[in-house]
Amino acid sequence: MKQIWIITKRELKGYFDSLMAYILIVVFLGLSGFFTWLYGNNDVFFINRATMQPFFGIAYWTLFIFIPALTMKQIAEEYKTGTIELLLTKPVSDWQVVTGKFLATFSLIVISLALTIPYYISIASIGPIDHGSVLTGYLGLLLMSAAYISLGIFASSVTSNQIVAFLLALIIGIFFQILFGISASAFSGTTGDVLGYLDMQYHYQSIIRGVIDSKNIIYFASIIMLGLMASELSLVKRNIN
Amino acid sequence: MDICVQNITKTYGAQKALDELSFEVKTGEILGFLGPNGAGKTTTMKAITCYITPNEGDILVGGKSVMQSPDDVKQNIGYLPENNPLYLDMPVMDYLAFIGELQGVDKAVLETQLQKMVRICGLNAEKHKKIGELSKGYRQRVGLAQALIHDPEVLILDEPTTGLDPNQIIEIRELIKEIGKEKTVILSSHILAEVEATCDRVLIINKGKIVANGTPDELRNQAQGKEILKVGISGGEKNEVYNALNGLSEIDVVSFAEDNNQLLEVESQGGQSSCEAIFKLCSAKGWYLTQLTPVEKNLEDVFRELTKEN
Repeated sequence: MKQIWIITKRELKGYFDSLMAYILIVVFLGLSGFFTWLYGNNDVFFINRATMQPFFGIAYWTLFIFIPALTMKQIAEEYKTGTIELLLTKPVSDWQVVTGKFLATFSLIVISLALTIPYYISIASIGPIDHGSVLTGYLGLLLMSAAYISLGIFASSVTSNQIVAFLLALIIGIFFQILFGISASAFSGTTGDVLGYLDMQYHYQSIIRGVIDSKNIIYFASIIMLGLMASELSLVKRNIN
Repeated sequence: MDICVQNITKTYGAQKALDELSFEVKTGEILGFLGPNGAGKTTTMKAITCYITPNEGDILVGGKSVMQSPDDVKQNIGYLPENNPLYLDMPVMDYLAFIGELQGVDKAVLETQLQKMVRICGLNAEKHKKIGELSKGYRQRVGLAQALIHDPEVLILDEPTTGLDPNQIIEIRELIKEIGKEKTVILSSHILAEVEATCDRVLIINKGKIVANGTPDELRNQAQGKEILKVGISGGEKNEVYNALNGLSEIDVVSFAEDNNQLLEVESQGGQSSCEAIFKLCSAKGWYLTQLTPVEKNLEDVFRELTKEN
C-alpha cells in the first residue's frame, strides 16, 4: 500500500510540474462552464430549471477526450526512456506500479471535479435542486472516468509511442462510448442485449438519473479491473517470448 | 551477501541469450563482467535484479530466490541499469528521495542518506537542478547515487563509467573499490583496463556461456603458457647470435621480431625460464644485452582469444 502511494504521489506531482494538470483543469472548467451556463441551447437558463444535467452531459464527453491525453504517457514513456526497468527493479510489483499510476490520474480527475462544486452551489442558490441526483451524477462521472483511465493505462502499456497510446485509448473508448450502443440496436436477441449492456452511456445515464443498480456498479468495476489487469499483464509480458 | 547463479537459461525467441550459466560471487568481492556485445552480460544483470525471469535455473541473493521472494531480493540490491535511465523532469533531490522511499529507507534516515549521497557523488552544485539539465557525467553520478541510496548489500552496475571524463572515471573506480570492501559488487564493462584496475575477479562470457573465470593475473597466466622474451644483443654478428641462442637447451624457438629485426623473439621450453642462460651466453661471448623483456599477454589478448569468432 505504501509503495502504491509513493508512486501515486510522484505521478500526481508530475502532472502539476508539467502544466498538464493546469491545462486540463482550465480547459475542463472552461468547456463545461460554457456549455452549462452560456451556450444558449440546452444550458441551465434555457431549460429554466435548477439542474446539473447539462453539466453532467458535457462533462461526460469532455472527460472522454481528456483522459486518454492524461494516461497516454503513463507507461509508454517509461518504456521509451527505459525508466520502467529502474522502477521494476525497486521493491515494487508490476501491480503496484499500475495501480499507483491509475490512482494518480484518478486523483487529478477528482480534483478537477471538486473544482466544479461552485457550479452546484450556484445552481442550488437559484432554485430548488435535486441533491440526490447531483450526488449520483458525480458518482457516475467518477466511475466513468475510472473506467476510461484504466483502459487508457492499458493502451499506454502496450506501446512505447505516446501518440499510439492516445489513439488506441480513444479507439477502445469509442466502442464503449457509442459504438456498442449503436450496434446494439442493429442486433436483436442475446447479441443485442450483450452489446447493449456493454454500452457505457446506458449505465451512465441510469446512474445520473439517480438509479444505482448493482449491475451498473458491476459493469464499471469490471472494466476498471479488466483494464488494470490487462496493463499488469502487458508489463509481465517482458518475460514471455 | 553472496550471489549464487544456478544454471540459468534465458531464450529470446529462438536465440539463447543465456545458456546454463552458473557462477558465484562472495561478500566483499568485486566481480567484473566482460564479454562482446550481445554476450548476455546485461541479461544476466537483469535476471539478478528480478527485471526478467530466467526460463530455467534460479538465482539466490543472500539465500533468497529471485523467483520466490523478489521483493526481499530487490531491497538488498542497488542497480544502475545500462544507459542509466532517469526521470529527466524531476529535480535531483526529489528523484533521490523518491527512490529512497521506494527502497524503504526510513523517513528519519532519509535526509542524512540524501546528504551523504550528494557528498559522495559530488552532486552538491547541481542538486536543485532538474536531471534533464545535467550533463552526461552528472547524470551518471545521479544514477550511481540512486543505486547507493539505501546502502545496499549488493551493487550491480551495468557499464558504470560510460560518459565520464578521466578524472571522474578514476573517482568512480575508487568509490566502487571502497564500496566493494564490505559489499558484493558486480560490474560490467567494455573497458578492459577498468576491469583490471577495479575487479578482484573477472568473468568472461560469450554467447551466454562462461569462457573464463579467475583473477586478472590468473587469466593472463592461463593464456600465457610458455615464457616469451624479447631479446636484443649487440656486439656480435646477427646470425651468430641467432645460432648461439638456438643452441641453448632452455630455448625452444628463436625468431626475428616482426617489427624490428635487430631484436629476437625467444620462446622458452615449457615451464622453464631462459633469462639466466641468455645472460651467461652473452658474458661468455663478450656480447652485451640491449634488451631483455618478457612479452606479457594482456587481458585484451585473453579476451580476444576467448571470444573471437571461429
